[in-house]
Amino acid sequence: MSGSSAEVAIVGVGLHPFGRHDPGLTGMAMGAQASRRALADAGVSWADIGYAVGGSNVSGKPDTLVSVLGLTGVPFVNVRNGCATGGVALATAANAIRSGETDLALVVGFDKHARGAFAASPADYGHADWYGETGLMVTTQFFAMKDRRYLHTHGLKDRLLAQVAAKAFRCGELNPDAWRRTPVSEDEIMQARAINPPLTQYMLCSPSEGGAALVLARGDRAADLCERPVRLAAVAKRTRQFGSFEVFAPWLPPEAGHSPSVDAARAVFAAAGVSPLDVQVAQLQDTDSGAEIYHMAETGLCEDGAQQSLIDAGETTPGGRLPVNTDGGCLANGEPVGASGLRQVIDIVLQLQGRAGARQVAGPPRVGFTHVYGAPGISACTVLTA
Amino acid sequence: MTVTAVDPVLFSSLDPPRLAGSRCASCGTVTFPVQAGCAKCTGTDLARVELAERGTLWTWTVQAFEPKAPYRAPDDGFAPYGVGYVDLGDVIVESRLLGDPAGFEIGMAMRLTLLPLWPGPDGAAVVSYAFEPAGGLG
Repeated sequence: MSGSSAEVAIVGVGLHPFGRHDPGLTGMAMGAQASRRALADAGVSWADIGYAVGGSNVSGKPDTLVSVLGLTGVPFVNVRNGCATGGVALATAANAIRSGETDLALVVGFDKHARGAFAASPADYGHADWYGETGLMVTTQFFAMKDRRYLHTHGLKDRLLAQVAAKAFRCGELNPDAWRRTPVSEDEIMQARAINPPLTQYMLCSPSEGGAALVLARGDRAADLCERPVRLAAVAKRTRQFGSFEVFAPWLPPEAGHSPSVDAARAVFAAAGVSPLDVQVAQLQDTDSGAEIYHMAETGLCEDGAQQSLIDAGETTPGGRLPVNTDGGCLANGEPVGASGLRQVIDIVLQLQGRAGARQVAGPPRVGFTHVYGAPGISACTVLTA
Repeated sequence: MTVTAVDPVLFSSLDPPRLAGSRCASCGTVTFPVQAGCAKCTGTDLARVELAERGTLWTWTVQAFEPKAPYRAPDDGFAPYGVGYVDLGDVIVESRLLGDPAGFEIGMAMRLTLLPLWPGPDGAAVVSYAFEPAGGLG
């Protein structure tokens, strides 16, 4: 990229691999390790960072990291936007660079979740106690019900859910940092324990542990810091509009509205001056395998219903025309909520830099896209270019 | 003994069971349960209304594992249960479902009923609402 002072580039990435780790290893320690790796990747020190943004859902206040990284006095913003935390944190740091507050920023996310589905507090989402007590406030119920409605409306088969999950684990096998690295057959996925039908255990991502960090630089500094900086062409975030079918919703109106993913994707493509058809590698929120399917259409990467032929033809694998979640996504990495959106960006950066190893997309690709979606109806998207 | 509602805000009547929602005076949007502001037009003039007791199944699943707290299992223990959204015409309501999930289909006719949850202080059941196939539970 040819950098200008108005542009933002990613010049360093660092991951603490996702999975299940030593009970004594805290989420914050994983965030610190990811930060140090990103700083080393960029060849800068913590003292060089002029602005930091951190996200964690359950593992402490991210700005506490200054006590281990160093008390430099750096401004540090905490973000807590559910599964969209990483995207929102990245947007916040990019804006700090664009506004001239700094020319070098660090974004970090981490979490260490307990096993099993998330427990949510009704009051946190504006609901009364009955909603939780009577068993309606479970995220996986929503995933299953949105999947069923989507598959029904667009004439897609339940087996497509297994095809997406099988692809995720094959990608995990190719990614040394992935949590789930053993391929699982479509038949085994279909016949596995039902969690919320039509979803079986392999079709849902698990809450996990990990950390991820990025170093961002103003465009005119990027080439000095990084051999192949990746341009953050645009980042956009949106909350839901009326009529969108969302998690933790006791009702919705009969007039269907579109999801915040549609709005965030349209905004980011317009800002980047890029068409969804130009995307050569994508990361989509795959909290469950159905989410990957409908997010392909909501973000504009394909038409509703076109997923069957694309997936049947292997087009969403690393060797296809539209590779999706080449690092195995949430399904193969699990989801430490605060770090998950940054893991997506790291995978795309490695792909655009030709550093993705066995899962490398040929080219390497020059246009990448990331998308996160979280409760209670928020989305953040990025367009990244080589 | 008479049953008591898990939250009185949900019902306009327990016998016969009828759900309560609100309708926006400005744009006609119907919400469930009652809320103070309109999610569509931002209006604040909403009146409490009784919702239809019949509708069609819009989507559904089965809760096959026991949710974490604040879910409260029945006194005789957790058993998998149906969950869905039922289209009542002017609002689509999320609900527990009664009946055999093997028979659930999007578009099938559903009707409102009460869902016994656990015993209240006087021994009578605390209830919430559920929808069941309108053809009966067979």
